[in-house]
Amino acid sequence: MNEPLRGVVVSHADLARAFVDAVERITGRSDGLVAVSNEGCSREALEARVADAVGDAPAVVFVDLPSGSCLQASAHYLQTHDNVAVVAGVNLAMLVDFLYHRDASPRDAAERASSTAQRTVRVLTR
Amino acid sequence: MSVLVRVDDRLVHGQVVVGWGRAMRLRRIVLVDDAISASDWEQELYRMGVPEGMEIVFTSVTGAADGFAGWDADGDRTLVLVGDVGTLVRLSAVASVTRVNLGGIHQAEGRRERLPYVFLSDAEAAQLEVLAARGVSITAQAVPTTAPAPLAEVLR
Repeated sequence: MNEPLRGVVVSHADLARAFVDAVERITGRSDGLVAVSNEGCSREALEARVADAVGDAPAVVFVDLPSGSCLQASAHYLQTHDNVAVVAGVNLAMLVDFLYHRDASPRDAAERASSTAQRTVRVLTR
Repeated sequence: MSVLVRVDDRLVHGQVVVGWGRAMRLRRIVLVDDAISASDWEQELYRMGVPEGMEIVFTSVTGAADGFAGWDADGDRTLVLVGDVGTLVRLSAVASVTRVNLGGIHQAEGRRERLPYVFLSDAEAAQLEVLAARGVSITAQAVPTTAPAPLAEVLR
């Protein structure tokens, strides 16, 4: 069995922390997810925060926006690390699903997260 | 109006594209950075942050010397971005920079806080003072909806 993946949520302001807290409220689990904020960081400093959060574990890095400082820092980190995949456009549904499917490879888990997000964005009208 | 040169170590990000982009109705961002101008994958990364209808130009400091007059002539709709004070100083040596916005210079070794989003070493502060003494207008302002702080106030 693969080492369980770590999920690192990277966001503007306190959004990542709120995502991780919300996942814990829903699942009752506090393992597997780490929050990183870009507050007060240059790109290089944020990349260092991402590196600290990933540590030695294989990981999926979940980024809030598909552009900007959080993605840039995560993509820079990805350039030199094989055991990581990055997903941009994080949502709560993909994080909850991720928590129960951490035995995949980073790439497969990232693909699953992307599919989950696309499947769970719904439009309701009267 | 002459072109605004923004110093922001996050380069192309939300404050620039959304905050300044909408307020100035930007049609062009010029990213002046020697390393990025030589890296296709980094350019692709920054291009992802630019909305439809807005152009992004990547150039080295040397290359910016040739294009600057044209961007200056389109100063109302063009924003020039550099990542640090050192690049600003080098750009100012080869181009007619007259307006500078300190938008985001974050904590690093040797720097101290001047504003919550502006950290400068004494050497960087001195470099900015030299530019200001030459007539360059320098203010700090993260987004257009906040009041600009003149350099003298930032360094006080």
